[in-house]
Amino acid sequence: MSIEKNILVKLNNAGYKQNNKWLVEGVSFVIEKGKIVTLIGPNGSGKSTTAKIALGFYKGIEGQVEKFTNKIGYVPQKISIDWTLPLRVNDFMLLTDELSDDVVDEALKSTGVYHLKNKNLGNLSGGEFQRVLLARAISKKPELLVLDEPVQGVDFTGEIEMYELIKKISVNLNCGILLISHDLHTVMSATDYVVCLNGHVCCCGSPTEVAFNKEYKALFGEQASKTLTIYEHKHDHVHTTDGEIKKN
Amino acid sequence: MLDDFFIRALIAGIGIALVTGPLGCFVVWRRLSYFGDTLSHSALLGVTIAYSMEFNIAVSIFLISSLIALILIHLQRKTNLPSDALLGLLAHSSLAVGLVVIGFLTFIRFDIMGLLFGDILAVDKNDLIIIWFGGGLILLVLKFIWKPLFASTVNYELAEAEGLNPDRAKAIFTILLAAIIAISIKLVGVLLITGLLIIPTAMARNISDTPQKMVVFSIIGGLLSVFIGLFSSLEFNTPSGPSIITAALLLFIISLLKIKQTIQLKN
Repeated sequence: MSIEKNILVKLNNAGYKQNNKWLVEGVSFVIEKGKIVTLIGPNGSGKSTTAKIALGFYKGIEGQVEKFTNKIGYVPQKISIDWTLPLRVNDFMLLTDELSDDVVDEALKSTGVYHLKNKNLGNLSGGEFQRVLLARAISKKPELLVLDEPVQGVDFTGEIEMYELIKKISVNLNCGILLISHDLHTVMSATDYVVCLNGHVCCCGSPTEVAFNKEYKALFGEQASKTLTIYEHKHDHVHTTDGEIKKN
Repeated sequence: MLDDFFIRALIAGIGIALVTGPLGCFVVWRRLSYFGDTLSHSALLGVTIAYSMEFNIAVSIFLISSLIALILIHLQRKTNLPSDALLGLLAHSSLAVGLVVIGFLTFIRFDIMGLLFGDILAVDKNDLIIIWFGGGLILLVLKFIWKPLFASTVNYELAEAEGLNPDRAKAIFTILLAAIIAISIKLVGVLLITGLLIIPTAMARNISDTPQKMVVFSIIGGLLSVFIGLFSSLEFNTPSGPSIITAALLLFIISLLKIKQTIQLKN
């Protein structure tokens, strides 16, 4: 079965509960080689948690997670390097693996930050740092790349460049990519499968399917107009502040 | 040669500084200064238990410090108290219990000042064996856990996602910290051992731009502090621990001048 062989991670009805509260539940999707899966949803909807479930961070999850690769590159959502650790870009590239100089140079060149190789991490701008993080993740030639909001701190033109770069990486390395984003329009053109989360799967499918989906419109249409209020679904259930879902 | 107490203290100090350098870097990087304090305060309790049960002091301190570390991890999981409050709770209560137990042990003569601040005269040949053998073992283990420990110090999730085992590295590091406290207590004392872990490292940070350099400078700083401290302890008849730490402080102040220079160069 050639299709089966291409599968890198498979989530089946997966979920994670912390302190008796569901962070996310009932998530199913498959990441295949060369495909990009994008998770979208408002803040606190369980995007990062889902990525961590896929990465195998948590013990005691609900449902099934099957991982068929150990070659994983990860760009976490928040990473802060403080002044107590003097770390150059080059040291950072070698953090979890011994890599030859050529491999490091190639990865840095492919994300356009080779000139920063000997600079201190603390002196990089947000955009430069995201590119270094991406270079580090791809330097090990991973089969699965997990990118948690890789364009944060990047300006608009840089954002488009970054997405093009990610697309290029997925073609060149033929790796599966799990991309987390709160930015919808730019991601959706480059992605194969979209999962829209809000504590559970609101809708999923190809980008166009999701874009025309009623629940998706409800989720992001409401969010944009009332950014300061707590989001409420306008369909069959409401999310209370403690994360529970109540049927209407 | 080893019959001279000063030579013994010097050899002991060199062995300790070689280990506190790299360990101290991780203490500073991982923000564990108060954790180190808590472990070393509990060492006094270890000493009293060693005396009352006629047990080896270093082994006893090591066991008690490790136990305190385990209790801390347990309390962090089970209570809603912030870590610094728990650290304070354990540090002061173990110090207090240690002193109370000393009060009960009237049949043994204690040099409390020596325990708290280190005693240049206290290092015997057995201690040298424990320091150099134990220290070598600590460095060897640290070498093995270096990669996961360092990677998770930079970013925990990154290390875990890429197949390293940060939790195990952290647990082992805690044990190493208990071990260095156990072997250096005689020379530096309960109250000041964290200073030897932190101050040379802080000095090293001021003059380094890579983690490797920081480890090397931190070792050099520790060695210099031990030399200057022990010689002045001999010269001025001051307790060895405070003398070493004062020397480390002087080195730190000198390293501040280097920062000032770099800033001036940049402008």
